[in-house]
Amino acid sequence: MSLSGVVESIRRGNWALWRRQVVGILAIEAKKNLIGRRAMFVYLLAFAPVFLLALRLIVPVPKQAIDSIGGVSVMYAIIFRTFVLRLAVFFGCVGIFTRLIRGDMLERILHYYLLSPVRREVLITGKYLAGVLSTGLIFGVSTVLSYILLQAPAGWVAFEEFVIKGPGFGHLVAYVGLVVLACICYGAVFLLIGLFFRNPIIPAAVILGWEYINFLLPPLLKKFSVIYYLESLCPVPIPQGSITILAEPAPAWLAIPGLLLVSGLILLIAGLKVRHMEISYAEE
Amino acid sequence: METPDRTIVFENVSKFYGDVLGVNRVSLKIPPGITGLVGPNGSGKTTLMNLMTGLLRPTRGQIRIFGLSPYDPERLFTHVGYCTQYDSFPRGMTGFQFLRAFLRVHGFSGRQAHEMAWRALERVKLVDAARRRVGGYSKGMRQRIKLAQALCHEPDVLVLDEPLNGLDPMARAEVIALFREFSSEGRFVIVSSHILHEVDMISDQVILLSGGYVVAEGDISEVRSELPEHPIQVLIRCDRPSVLASRLVEMDHVVEVKIQDDHQGLLIRTRDAERFYKRLNQAVLETESRIEMVTPADEDVLSVYQYLIGTEGSS
Repeated sequence: MSLSGVVESIRRGNWALWRRQVVGILAIEAKKNLIGRRAMFVYLLAFAPVFLLALRLIVPVPKQAIDSIGGVSVMYAIIFRTFVLRLAVFFGCVGIFTRLIRGDMLERILHYYLLSPVRREVLITGKYLAGVLSTGLIFGVSTVLSYILLQAPAGWVAFEEFVIKGPGFGHLVAYVGLVVLACICYGAVFLLIGLFFRNPIIPAAVILGWEYINFLLPPLLKKFSVIYYLESLCPVPIPQGSITILAEPAPAWLAIPGLLLVSGLILLIAGLKVRHMEISYAEE
Repeated sequence: METPDRTIVFENVSKFYGDVLGVNRVSLKIPPGITGLVGPNGSGKTTLMNLMTGLLRPTRGQIRIFGLSPYDPERLFTHVGYCTQYDSFPRGMTGFQFLRAFLRVHGFSGRQAHEMAWRALERVKLVDAARRRVGGYSKGMRQRIKLAQALCHEPDVLVLDEPLNGLDPMARAEVIALFREFSSEGRFVIVSSHILHEVDMISDQVILLSGGYVVAEGDISEVRSELPEHPIQVLIRCDRPSVLASRLVEMDHVVEVKIQDDHQGLLIRTRDAERFYKRLNQAVLETESRIEMVTPADEDVLSVYQYLIGTEGSS
């Protein structure tokens, strides 16, 4: 279908029906993502920092350990950038989004969707939104919990001073927003990978490598990664290593719409791919 | 939704899996009623059904169901329900949840989906098991819940891939009655099976497949009559078979007469059934035989399949 055909069909589309269908798909998929077997791995990744920070309440860390890296805010920023964004959300999205279609193929249940009167683009949208909702919820909750747990040892007065009256709440909102944005963008990427590759591990490893060496890349190449834009939006800067190649962070007005636009384009490609999809379970 | 063209049409459809032939040059026009797709495993029955429902795309040719392309799922599957051979279900769902969840995906409201799910469960007699997880169902129950899922939105075309597999005789009879009820309402029921007598029993017309080709289609007696090289067999149960045999063997179109082992009947092979039936009455009167039954002995799918393919069809 040409682009003008897509535009025309959207213009004439039955939006009320599509909305009901997306809700129907979301109900099935969100349940699978949140309480199915595939969710265990994501919960482990998401709540690992929460668990470690909860341990910190029992076994207090010497005050100097925090002071030496620039305080609690910087400590959280480091955890967030190096573990939450680069590993936990990344692999969480690999686990959820690559299986949205491929997992159903492996379990031989995709045909129930394909034999329903649902546009395949609507199917992809429903599954994708279920993925974003699930990962956003899991990582959003873990981000809030880990942020609170990191501040907790300082006591209620300091917590109130920094988080409620000070800049802490703004930081927390920004971190949650970043996690959701990461899920939106990585989710779209891994949904597409799940459609094109039977074994998504290799392409996921290549993308992980590219995202991980981002700090070593020249400024122009940095811009061809998701992590560059996400890190540009982080509310608290962290000390850069001596081998880091510095680049001007992307402004929010560019980073946020840019990531959303790219995610939308990737979804469009996924919709076109799934439109021509055949069921061949025997080959899986 | 308007459906001006109530036919299912295959136009020169071929499907290749790489170098392997699925089906080749299939041209069909399927009328309403129960249509049996017959052939051994690997003959192309499932491929044909998957092409019809858009799960596969043809390498060549086109398919139209009520004028709709199989690649327009949004409109097609309001008319079509497909019960596939795949024996797998979303994890953790009860029978009722399974039906209701996918009716919501169709776009029905919660209340509509609820009512339609129960109606479908009643039709397949699974109400008692509705609150149990599908994963714990027996093979026959799984077959019935799949059937319920295919028909819960009241489609005009019901496509069923080996639907009687795993059903006990009682359930088979109930499911067959359901197919007949569907077809009596002017709907299309397309059933595949590799068990020929099963298809023979339920079909209004058959499509015989072998090696990816359609070898015959239509009403089975019409197909049989188009095989003149195979003399038609007629079974006669009577009290004086040897006397009647001596009279019948004089007819020039009768090529063989066999007296049955119990000496209570004859098996005739004739090249002209019409002339045979006309002259049979006279022969009976002349020999003063008492006839208990006269019936075609090879006007069934199994015989026709054997004549056409040279195998039993069943695998």
